[in-house]
Amino acid sequence: MAADDAKAVLLREGSSMYHKEKSIQIKNSASALYNNLCALRIAPRRLTYFTVVHANVVNMVSASWDGLNYSHRQLQSKEPNVATSTSLIMQAAFCSLPSRDLLVVTSQKGIQVYESDGSIMVYWHALDIPETQTAQAMFARGISAVRDSYICVGISTGAILVFDVPSKGSNITLSDVLEGHKESITDMASECCGGEVCIADLVSADDGGNLCVWKSGEEFKLLNHIPGFDISCSSVKLWKGTVVAGYGTGQIRLYEAVTGILHAEVNAHARWIYSLDIAPYSGLLLSAAEDSLVRVWHLTMTPESQSVEIAHLHNECVTDTQICGAKFCDADGYAFAVTGYDLSEIIRYTQS
Amino acid sequence: MSVRTLPLVFINLGGEMLYILDQRLQALNTSEDNSEKGVWSEHDRKRVLNDIVGAMFSKDFMDELLKPQQLYSHRTLKTVLTRLAHASIMRLNQASMDKLYELMVMAFKYQVFLCPRPKDLLLITYNHIDTIREFVRHTPVVVNQVDETHRKIIEIYSSLAEGDFQLLRQTLLIFFQDMHIRVSLFLKNKVQNPNGRFALSPSGPVPHGIDVPGLIRMFDRKGREVRRGEFPTGGSYTSPIRQGCFALHGNRVITLGMNMYTENHPEETHTSKAPSKDDAPNLLAKEELNLLARLMGSMKAEDMPETETGFRINLFTSDQEEEDAGASGGAEQCLFGVINIQAMQDEQAATQLARIAGQFAEGGEMPEELSSSKGDDLLAMMDEL
Repeated sequence: MAADDAKAVLLREGSSMYHKEKSIQIKNSASALYNNLCALRIAPRRLTYFTVVHANVVNMVSASWDGLNYSHRQLQSKEPNVATSTSLIMQAAFCSLPSRDLLVVTSQKGIQVYESDGSIMVYWHALDIPETQTAQAMFARGISAVRDSYICVGISTGAILVFDVPSKGSNITLSDVLEGHKESITDMASECCGGEVCIADLVSADDGGNLCVWKSGEEFKLLNHIPGFDISCSSVKLWKGTVVAGYGTGQIRLYEAVTGILHAEVNAHARWIYSLDIAPYSGLLLSAAEDSLVRVWHLTMTPESQSVEIAHLHNECVTDTQICGAKFCDADGYAFAVTGYDLSEIIRYTQS
Repeated sequence: MSVRTLPLVFINLGGEMLYILDQRLQALNTSEDNSEKGVWSEHDRKRVLNDIVGAMFSKDFMDELLKPQQLYSHRTLKTVLTRLAHASIMRLNQASMDKLYELMVMAFKYQVFLCPRPKDLLLITYNHIDTIREFVRHTPVVVNQVDETHRKIIEIYSSLAEGDFQLLRQTLLIFFQDMHIRVSLFLKNKVQNPNGRFALSPSGPVPHGIDVPGLIRMFDRKGREVRRGEFPTGGSYTSPIRQGCFALHGNRVITLGMNMYTENHPEETHTSKAPSKDDAPNLLAKEELNLLARLMGSMKAEDMPETETGFRINLFTSDQEEEDAGASGGAEQCLFGVINIQAMQDEQAATQLARIAGQFAEGGEMPEELSSSKGDDLLAMMDEL
């Protein structure tokens, strides 16, 4: 198994799988929000964009691969003149479509779509906020690009908005509203395996730990509903037809998307999981939690048993920090980056 | 974000405020002779606590807080808490209130940060309510108010899901973001590092309802477990603690939110290197002003001792703690050095400090008259570095 090989190599060498690199300083500290780090690799320009949310601001930093150039930009939630607390940002994420990359920012007020460098806002969708304050908080959270031309965004009501995105320009339109959840959406992810043909395109997760699996199209179709256990699924990924879900109990579960069959369950962390990421080419999985630990795992498909296996590879402890974001910087998982609550830096690790 | 933060914020911050006031007023009680000017007797102290608790837990004030609404700025919160503190005969100057607020907020930040499960925010709140109830136990009217509020909190918050509590916690964490004021009590107990950050150890009991990390289980297509394995967790976790009681009375199990000042440890604040969030001179947003007006209005007029002259106190005179620190074998040299380094606000205070320094040099005792006089307008703050 590839995981065993990797481990054998490490044990032989007597070294650790990853080592810490120089951190990237950001203008503000990261807020304690799920999935609070996003990365976009721009190969032609040999740089990577990172986004980290701080209250009502998105910190963007563009880091050149040679480590010599860093440039910063800050995006504020719309209407910056009101009290900070009413324009808080829940999440910022890059959406990569075949024709273009966009940056989507979701807040208590609505959804903003920018060009991937944050230079121009191309679209704004205001949330339907009732006049008088209700007992339910209102916000958008959960962002995913799907297939060729869709961007899906979750709402605290449980609804999922599907936007149709043209290959260029700002003529983005709301094409569908999916009603698969009754609880607040926490995270969404689309199939990231690339070339292979997969039945399911999108998975969405909510505060009750419920998962919905969808097929995209002019009308999205609900393929499966995997019930939760009243514990939030705070982060979810979809890879080769497998849903990888992280929960508030610190557990990671692997499900077969279309059938809901449970492949594996890991008691991974001692506190709430805040972020999961997968490196699609290698099947490496990253999990990060409030317990200050980041763990690297390896997923292997076993066609004989029609199953997926998970093996543990590596741990990193970010001292005294509740981690809120962790992302691989490339599709092989050669490097990953981490953010933590109250930390004003993006910590980076590279394979040794 | 969460629209359910305000009641918990006020009860917890208010609770911390009462803990500190209680401890400080005890520290100022340096004489057995109640006729001594500048001394706060036990009766005075109880009266102050009763008045503040009565104002904070008044039906109108609590009803206003319990309405679903966004959490507002530190400025608004501080203003309301100052008004609450002045529901008693005590008058705090701005500097005292600023220090008090910093301590309150850092204590609450610590509790929220280390809260094992989001739902345990309620247990932390109930720890505060339990202690507050103890403070006012001899005044049935006020005890009733506290019980009523406690019941309302139980009613409203017991229907919230764990995800809602996590949202509430995340909202609070944003509110506390970038505050790294060092509190000597935390530093002493090693719960806070010299850089101002709280210690988080990958060890100890896991929260109730969470499994100890380390186990991987794999299943076949029929749901039968076919393999289990273990992985190194990089920590040393133990079995979960039992669940605390969420009822009106009971063992909360969790100690966060309990009165950490009862050991009579002095706590001083250290000036944070990070700039204060309130430095920016922005005007309160319109919504905040409205909230402020409503909250102030809901505090009963008859509770405010308008006609009575408030007694100013210097909350953080550290006569007592210097004596304590000296007695515990602390370096007198160090203390001596400390006295010279402080923020002096007026000459009167400076003179007084010189006298204290002089006293130490002679190895003499703390004279009684150094504790603040009720009518005086002292602004001296002593910060230990």
